[in-house]
Amino acid sequence: MDDALVRAGRALRLVLLISLALLFLIPFYLLVRNGLSSERDITSPEWTFFPAVLRWGNVRELFDDPSVPFARSLLNSALIAVATTLGTLVLASLAGYGLARIPYRHANKVFHGILGTLLVPAAVTFVPGFVLVSSLGWVSTLRGLVVPTLFPAFACFVFRQYFLGFPRELEDAAQVDGLGYWRTYWRVVVPNARPVFAAVGTIVFLGAWNSFLWPLVIGQDRDAWTVQVALSSFTTSQVVRLHELFVAAAVSILPLLLVFLCFQRWIVAGAERSGID
Amino acid sequence: MRRRGALWFWVFVGPFALGLALFTYVPLLWSVALSFFDARNTVTPTDFVGPANYTAVLGDDGFTDSLRTFLVFTAFIVPVTYVFSLSLALMVNRVRRARAFFRSVFFLPAACSYVVAALIWKMSLFSGVRFGLANTVLGWFGEDPVAWLATPDPPWYWLVIVTVRLWLQTGFYMILFLAGLQRIDPVLYEAAAVDGARPGWTVLRHITLPQLRATSVAVLLLLVVGAFQAFDEFYNLLSDARGYPPYARPPLVYLYYTALGQGQNLGFGSAGAVILALVVAVVTAGQARWLKPGRTDGDG
Repeated sequence: MDDALVRAGRALRLVLLISLALLFLIPFYLLVRNGLSSERDITSPEWTFFPAVLRWGNVRELFDDPSVPFARSLLNSALIAVATTLGTLVLASLAGYGLARIPYRHANKVFHGILGTLLVPAAVTFVPGFVLVSSLGWVSTLRGLVVPTLFPAFACFVFRQYFLGFPRELEDAAQVDGLGYWRTYWRVVVPNARPVFAAVGTIVFLGAWNSFLWPLVIGQDRDAWTVQVALSSFTTSQVVRLHELFVAAAVSILPLLLVFLCFQRWIVAGAERSGID
Repeated sequence: MRRRGALWFWVFVGPFALGLALFTYVPLLWSVALSFFDARNTVTPTDFVGPANYTAVLGDDGFTDSLRTFLVFTAFIVPVTYVFSLSLALMVNRVRRARAFFRSVFFLPAACSYVVAALIWKMSLFSGVRFGLANTVLGWFGEDPVAWLATPDPPWYWLVIVTVRLWLQTGFYMILFLAGLQRIDPVLYEAAAVDGARPGWTVLRHITLPQLRATSVAVLLLLVVGAFQAFDEFYNLLSDARGYPPYARPPLVYLYYTALGQGQNLGFGSAGAVILALVVAVVTAGQARWLKPGRTDGDG
């Protein structure tokens, strides 16, 4: 009796999970279906499950369309995401290591000063941030899009926690060999801390690629648009070519899906570290 | 030796701390200063106006409306995401086959930007025209198409806005809950079984949920702060070539249009930002106090 109940419960759970999984995949299905359809197929009153002829030409049409700076915006996004990721990793890991390992009287005060910025939601600082960036003359420049985002307190915090738990023996051995803090860090610590770099790096990369409000405020000229700003301006413009819009959206998430599937382990680790605390 | 330590400390920490100070603390203080000036189209104003910007913001119906929108949004999105991601985690945690597959599928939307999700929702899933997916399904049942985003009464746009965020962030919080579940000592469940507790509600209420307390507190805080910062999906779902409709303007959308829109009234916008920063501080402090993070599941 109990056994049958347990088995029924298990089957029910599986059915529920499968239905939810299908529901979660619908938006991806729409992206591919619309991106590879002709405009007429999309707007037809009869729902076609999938286009009879896959229109791969939509991709070419998108990149050939002179009214849409799509290639340029992809390039901008790639530059910004890579620069932000590398810059954040170097700056935040150095700071995290210093806070965790180098004795200094005021280290705690500095640490609290850094943590305090977590209480200031990034989005509330967008008006003052804009004020600062515009007075530096950095509006519509890559500098303005990258530099202010290189100092996320969460990344520094994650690195500090990680280095606090790092085995001291390795560093002690390096010090015996006469290596100072600097060389110990680059030769011994960094090569043995790859998991935390991968975890923070993937999270920062995803965030930089997907961020919208800051690039919208700072990247005002078309030449400084990121891919998110470009997509947004097609969505909200007067004339919308749906097939082009959807193929653009699909192209914009392709690099991310690849990163996501290859690095899922690290992203999960990063999500766990950044989510708690 | 100690002096050398201080030097190296600043070599390592200095660049990050300096950047953070320059790009977070300086703008914040500058903004507080601006909020007491008449600063239209300028960041170095000379016209001191005292608290006039604050009274103007607090007296603006648009501002109080934006706080109301935030409350309604939070009241929907926080409990729904919490329950949904926790349930998914519990189910995925107990499934025997294809656990990695389910985890990936639910987590995959986290790779999408709000811009892409809003685009899919607005232009296809909940498109107001007949060929939108939701309206197509309604059509199969002989119902008329609904203009999902354009009707303020009944407010169907809430359904569109809430489902976007739900789709995007549920998987992320599910991952946090899964991590919390993995940390629960299996001995506790064995002890419960010995004591005759039947699996199901009893075990969930008396073991799983109390053990997940620290994770739950973190998730609730993140959800509220996240809801407060909502901008991307509202902006991309609701604005079009004619502008943004008068309804469903959360605080950041309000600030975006008042501070950076026509006139660039930075003094007014700064006053709004300061008030919002205070609101966030009070809400999160109150929430943290009310939930009192117990150290039950080994993180905190």
